[in-house]
Amino acid sequence: MPPIRDVMPAFELFQPASVADTLGILDRYGADAWIMAGGMDTFDWLKDRIARPKVVVDLSLVSELRGIKDAGGGIEIGAMTTLTEVANHALVKERFPLLAQAALLVASPQIRNQGTAGGNVSQDARCWYYRAGWPCYRAGGNICYADTPTAVNREHAIFDADRCVAVNPSDTAPALIALDASFVVKTGGQDRVVPAEDFFVGPGTDITRLTMLQPGDLLTAIRIPATWAGKAHYFEKVRDRQVWDFPLVNIASIMNVSGSTIADARMVVNGVAARPYRLAAVEAAIKGKARDKATADMAADIAVQGAVTLRHNEYKVPLVKALVKRAIRGDAEWTS
Amino acid sequence: MDFLTWARSPWGDNVLTHISWSLFWAALVGGLLFLLGHGGYMLFSQHRHRDPAEVDRMEAEHKGLPAKIQRHGMVARTFHWIMAASMLTLLFTAFLPIVGVQFAWVQWHWIAGTVLTASILFHVIHATFFLDFWSIWVGPKDIPEIKIELMREMGREDIAGPRPGKYPLGNRLYHLAVVVAGLVVIISGVLMMWRVRTSLTTRNPYMLSDITWGFTYVAHGLMGVGFVGLVIAHIYFALRPEKLWITKAMIFGFITRREYLEFHDPDRWAQDNKSGSKVV
Repeated sequence: MPPIRDVMPAFELFQPASVADTLGILDRYGADAWIMAGGMDTFDWLKDRIARPKVVVDLSLVSELRGIKDAGGGIEIGAMTTLTEVANHALVKERFPLLAQAALLVASPQIRNQGTAGGNVSQDARCWYYRAGWPCYRAGGNICYADTPTAVNREHAIFDADRCVAVNPSDTAPALIALDASFVVKTGGQDRVVPAEDFFVGPGTDITRLTMLQPGDLLTAIRIPATWAGKAHYFEKVRDRQVWDFPLVNIASIMNVSGSTIADARMVVNGVAARPYRLAAVEAAIKGKARDKATADMAADIAVQGAVTLRHNEYKVPLVKALVKRAIRGDAEWTS
Repeated sequence: MDFLTWARSPWGDNVLTHISWSLFWAALVGGLLFLLGHGGYMLFSQHRHRDPAEVDRMEAEHKGLPAKIQRHGMVARTFHWIMAASMLTLLFTAFLPIVGVQFAWVQWHWIAGTVLTASILFHVIHATFFLDFWSIWVGPKDIPEIKIELMREMGREDIAGPRPGKYPLGNRLYHLAVVVAGLVVIISGVLMMWRVRTSLTTRNPYMLSDITWGFTYVAHGLMGVGFVGLVIAHIYFALRPEKLWITKAMIFGFITRREYLEFHDPDRWAQDNKSGSKVV
C-alpha cells in the first residue's frame, strides 16, 4: 500500500447552488471536473493523491437534488439525499422496504449521514490494487494485479470478469435494480432516464468505469415505479465486520407471490461482478414455481452457473447459493 | 503530445503500457488525407493506359487465350474474404469503443484474432505449396520496375519497361506491409491472450516481464493503428474505377483476356506455370 498522505492536492473548488450552475461548470471543465456528493469515495481518492482533478464540484449546496417525493405510487429520490434519510423515510419504508433495508446496511451511521443515494450507486471499485494507484487495467494499464496467481483476491469477482476482477461495492444498487428503478442523468440541456440495470457497466464495456456516467454527466434523481411496491422482499448483506464494511456478497430480491406460488420475481446479487449481477436465469426458473425448498435448491444451482473463482474467493459460490435459497424462502435464519 | 503511455510498476520501474489513442486518430486522418490526396492527383493527372490499339493488336496475336483467365482460385478468394471479415471485425471491435461506442468488445476481438491467425497459417501453407510463392514478393530485382512504375504514375507514359506479372507492384508492396504489420499484430495478439481470459488459454500474466508486456501491448497498438491506414488504402484502391477489374477478380475469380493483356506482361505471368492461375 502507498503511504497515506492525508493532505489533499490543490484543486479549484466549485460549490454551485443549482443544477443549472452545476451543469454549466461540468460543461466547461469536462473530464477535468470531479463531482463530489457526500465525499465518502472522493476523499479517499484525493487524500491518497491517486486522483488529482483540476476542479472539484461539491454538490452539497444544491438543495434541489435532495429529498424524497411521491411519484404516482412510486417515489423519486434526489441524488443528494442521504442514505440515513432513504433508510428512515416513511414512503420508502412503506412502499419499498427492500431499499430502506439496503440503505440501512451501508457502512456506519456516520457514513450514512454523510453518504448519498447518488454517491452510493456511483462509487468506484474498492479493489485495493486499483485504489493504491497501481497501473492496473482499470487505471489505464495493462494488467489486473488481483487476477494473478499470488494475488489477494478474496473480495473479487466470480462473474463476468473481463481482464479486471474488481466488484461493485454498492448495497443500494442491487435493491434499485430489483425494484426496476431508473436513473435521471442530465448532460448540458439534455435529460436521459436510464434503467438502473443499464446504469452500471462491466469491464468488457468500459474497463475504467463502473457506471455509464461520462464527463459532463450529472446523476440527479432515482425513480422507482410503483410496480413492486409492497411486494415480498428480501435483502441480506454478508460482510466481514458487521459494524462497518463493504459487502462480500449481498442479495436483493423482490417477489410477487400468489398464495404459495412465485408469480414473478427479480433477484440481484452484488459484490460478485463489476456490476450488480442480475440473476435472470433464476428469475425465469422460479416463475410459477412454489416458494419452497425444492425451488430454492434448484434456483441456487442455477444462480452460480458460469461462476469462475480466483484463488481466494471460492467461498463466494456457496455463499451466493445460500443467499439465493434464503431469498426464495424469505428466511434469513434458514441454513439448510 | 505523448505517443506512448507509461506507468510506474509496483516495483518502481517505469514501464510502457499502451500507445496513446491519439495515434488512432492520426492514422485515421492520415488515411483519409492520403485518400483525398491520391484521389485529387488521379483526377488531375494524366495517368497511364496501355494504348487501346496496342491491346487490340495483342488480342489479335493471342487469340489462343480463352475469354476468361483465372486470377484467384476459390481457395485463395475464400481466404481473402475470411481474412477481410476478421480484420474488419478486429478493427471495429478495437476502435469503436475509443470513438465512444461502448460494448463488450474483448471476446469478439480475440475470436476474430484467432480466426485471422488460423486463416493466415492456412494461407502460408497454401501459398507455399500450392501457389507461386515468389510472385507476390518484392525484392531488389524489382527496383527497375519500381522506378518505371513511379515515372509512369507521374505521367511519363513514354517510359518503356516491364509490365507486372500476376501482381502489380502496388499489390506486392501492400502485401509486404501487411505481412510485417500482420506478423507483429498476430504474435503480440497471441501473447496477449495469456493476459485475458479465453477458452483457449490459461491466464499467465507472469509469462513475460512487465517491460516485455509493455512492448507487446505497444507493438500491438502501433500495428493496430497502422492497419487503420492500410485498410483505408486497401478499400480505397479496391473501389477506384481503374482498379475494379482486380476487385472483381477477387470476387469472381477471373479476369478477361483483354484485361490480362492490357495490365499484365504475358511473359511474366504465363498461363502454363505454377502461378495459381489458369485458363478457364
